[in-house]
Amino acid sequence: MKRRDFIQNSLASSAFVTLGGLSLQSFTANSAKKHITILHTNDVHSHIDPFGANHPRNPNQGGAARRASLISNIRKENPNTLLLDAGDIFQGTPYFNYYGGELEFKLMSMMKYDLATIGNHDFDNGIDRLYAQLPNANFEFVSANYDFKNTVLDTHVKPYKIFMKDGIKIGIFGLGVKLAGLVDKRMYKETVYNDPIETAQDMSRILKEEEKCDLVICLSHIGYNYKRNPERPSDLKLARATKDIDLIIGGHTHTFLPKPTIEKNSKGESVLVNQVGAYGVYVGRIDFYFDAEKNVIANGKSIIV
Amino acid sequence: MRKIIALLAIFIAISCSKEKQSVSKIEGKRININDSITTNQEIEDFIKPFRKRIQEDMNKVLSYASKDMHKNDGKLETTIGNLMADLVKSQSEPIYKKRTEKSIDICILNHGGIRAPIQAGPIKTRTAFNVMPFENSIVVAELTAENVHGMIDYLVKAKRAHPISGLTIKLDQNDKLVEALVNGKPIEANKTYAVVTSDYLQNGGDRMDFLKNPESLEILDYKIRNAMIDYFKTVDTIPAKLDGRFIQQ
Repeated sequence: MKRRDFIQNSLASSAFVTLGGLSLQSFTANSAKKHITILHTNDVHSHIDPFGANHPRNPNQGGAARRASLISNIRKENPNTLLLDAGDIFQGTPYFNYYGGELEFKLMSMMKYDLATIGNHDFDNGIDRLYAQLPNANFEFVSANYDFKNTVLDTHVKPYKIFMKDGIKIGIFGLGVKLAGLVDKRMYKETVYNDPIETAQDMSRILKEEEKCDLVICLSHIGYNYKRNPERPSDLKLARATKDIDLIIGGHTHTFLPKPTIEKNSKGESVLVNQVGAYGVYVGRIDFYFDAEKNVIANGKSIIV
Repeated sequence: MRKIIALLAIFIAISCSKEKQSVSKIEGKRININDSITTNQEIEDFIKPFRKRIQEDMNKVLSYASKDMHKNDGKLETTIGNLMADLVKSQSEPIYKKRTEKSIDICILNHGGIRAPIQAGPIKTRTAFNVMPFENSIVVAELTAENVHGMIDYLVKAKRAHPISGLTIKLDQNDKLVEALVNGKPIEANKTYAVVTSDYLQNGGDRMDFLKNPESLEILDYKIRNAMIDYFKTVDTIPAKLDGRFIQQ
């Protein structure tokens, strides 16, 4: 390996010499510009049309056709963009009652969503009808703590997915909320719920150490924080109890965070937790800028929220 | 020369991906979706036919209400609650009878499950969606007499206008039970009673624990909202009545 590096280096130096104009400096500066944009929604709950002008909380806000414009503009600005959804795509307007999730999935496919996780309401028509809607989705679903082995979703939902964008390796895993007591067993059938925090500890190890991802993202539908029930697994608890996760994108609690929360993980490092309320009123945007590791060690990392 | 350029290109590709990259800066924010963002016409055109069909269906007039009905227009019973309990019972009866050859004795729903009033005037499909936005589905639980007494105790304690049908309850001025009858008859100790309710309540919603372990459970695969729509289609004017099914003397 060493020898090969050397050969490439020596070849390159001669090439630089030959070409003259291209300096090593400009090469380094160029590679420092890697930029990944993460866009995310959660708990859109079949809100395809914008709220009416008289809506008490969100007048004239939301709407899939506007969201699509925003997303395509950002993609033009940075092609290295991933679009994610943290679950509860279904239920909340007659669009779901009439078409069973068909339109939601088709629109998300048109917007080129890259990945989603499964929320409790996505089981509202039963796991079989969720499965029946999958052909309408051109994107995949991840869930690491739902075991679908004895259900129709077996092999259709993976624990995690890895994306390569501009040479940056991004690992994204999904987490779902406890279904018992929240969803009728007849709807989720033999889906097994495993502890999300233990699962996340496993996933972050696999994605960071085995898959060697540059970015690890958790797509969670477990809820932001439960003040009155602090023992209940939540995104903030998850952030504190794990390591090597860069970003937790949450859902379920319909928490309208004005800006992402910065939490310390088990190693004392910063992890971002974000959730953008519900109904497609907001889109979350997280931009990751990369540099050579040695420069980051020397100059540190800045987080601007 | 061409060879060297090719090698250089390969080098840049390999070398760039090889140099260990790390996050140097993160920026995070939320973006409000509002009318300052232009509508994507392709998406809008795609939605249009789906929206049109729903709106046509939602605006269909199914029946008529002679007066406003809401869930606080009585103390222990309400016009909308009586309507809901009666229609769930009557719409479920033929299905249950066909499957089990038995009749439904009682209907119980929850007061909190009524999400909107019914206004005087035409009743549309939309009305059913407003009153019952949830996907709650109808089940029939066969209860022992003991559990029927449990239901009555629950209602007496709650003193809330949970919709009931087939059951009459009288309280005295001290909130004590005077009489509870099922279809006009006293509850018999060794009999079972077929109670129609929602899957939500049968599964422990609103702590209606008496529904939790029935002698038998029949899942009708019939949503409450669909029962409402089907019922509205069969009546010209819906009844709006308080008939003293749950009263305090």
